[in-house]
Amino acid sequence: MNGAHDMGGMDGFGPVLPEPNEPLFHAAWERRAFALTLAMGRPGGWNIDMSRFARENRAPVDYLSMSYYQLWLAGLEALMAERGLVTADEIAAGSPLHPRKDVPVLGAADVAPMLGRGTPTERDAPVPARFGVGDRVRARELHPRTHIRLPRYVRGRVGTVELVHGAHVFPDSHAHGGGEQPQWLYTVAFEARELWGDDADPASRVSVDAWDSYLEPA
Amino acid sequence: MSETELRVRALETILTEKGYVDPAALDALIETYETKVGPRNGARVVAKAWSDPAYRQRLLHDATAAIAELGYTGRQGEHVVAVENTPTTHNMVVCTLCSCYPWPVLGLPPVWYKSAPYRSRVVKEPRAVLAEFGVTLPQDIAIRVWDSTAEIRYLVVPMRPDGSDSLSEDQLADLVTRDSMIGTGVARSPSEITV
Repeated sequence: MNGAHDMGGMDGFGPVLPEPNEPLFHAAWERRAFALTLAMGRPGGWNIDMSRFARENRAPVDYLSMSYYQLWLAGLEALMAERGLVTADEIAAGSPLHPRKDVPVLGAADVAPMLGRGTPTERDAPVPARFGVGDRVRARELHPRTHIRLPRYVRGRVGTVELVHGAHVFPDSHAHGGGEQPQWLYTVAFEARELWGDDADPASRVSVDAWDSYLEPA
Repeated sequence: MSETELRVRALETILTEKGYVDPAALDALIETYETKVGPRNGARVVAKAWSDPAYRQRLLHDATAAIAELGYTGRQGEHVVAVENTPTTHNMVVCTLCSCYPWPVLGLPPVWYKSAPYRSRVVKEPRAVLAEFGVTLPQDIAIRVWDSTAEIRYLVVPMRPDGSDSLSEDQLADLVTRDSMIGTGVARSPSEITV
């Protein structure tokens, strides 16, 4: 979706402001929201692409006015509500109102193995790679209302394949229950001037990681 | 108490009472990222690459495997690519679409990395962003920005500073800042380290 999360190239947000002491969490509730979100991955059974879409799928004014962990929280609530795990009336009441669903739970002993294993996304390639290193490719003009990981600022632009990563789970289908449908994944680098015009830094390049169906030969 | 605090508290109560979360698992998750996983891990990787040419080759060839040699694996670091700064190219990493970041080697990202100013600007005006971090590069040094739009995570290998030849791997790790591995900084000079 063309949402407010797709920020590359927007103006007006002001300077980057590193903090002097950089606390990992800025309030006790952020720590809890972080841990609840990670822990609920197991009973919830959703995947990272569903989580990302749940966070980005909101009105731009809301997205931009929420803090990072507020977005996590809103995403978590949406994912749980979709599955009937926790519903809005329960959150309003502050206590359970409906029966528990029969779902697996993340135990303390599961935490280290789960984090250490992660969730690799590389899969056996269903077909040979369409592009190789050095190939010129154009990012397609794709504007689905659904999840996509091709940023707006490269759509329609021509770049060069720099890395070929193998076939990876395709987020556009995976985010919406359409399965993994793995596709070849490439790092495509664009000259800054191709993206931002003649005034851009001639010695800068920007890359994105793009799945096969995001690209066409140029 | 803020509305958000109340909401999180209510949510945690509901999830615990329903038996969806184990409070001990929540503690373990928090403890992991507050005490075990952080940029010290990445600094060890970089220091080893600076000290051991064979390790550097392995890191540049297959960073996921080379990083796993030091015991750092898993969530948000399943597929890592190491990108090396050179006298002619400076690398910077961003996730314009959300907050992708190599957790096993750098820990959780700082607020600025996840913020709209960094995400919006670093792909368009990387030199200006670098300057705000106090780093001014000559115009002839190319800047290469890596937007982490998939599950590939990027680790910048900063240039080894001058005057560090006699340092041990542990001492070298002290020169490797978190920002130097994102690309918004450079490694510290040995003279900046108080002995």
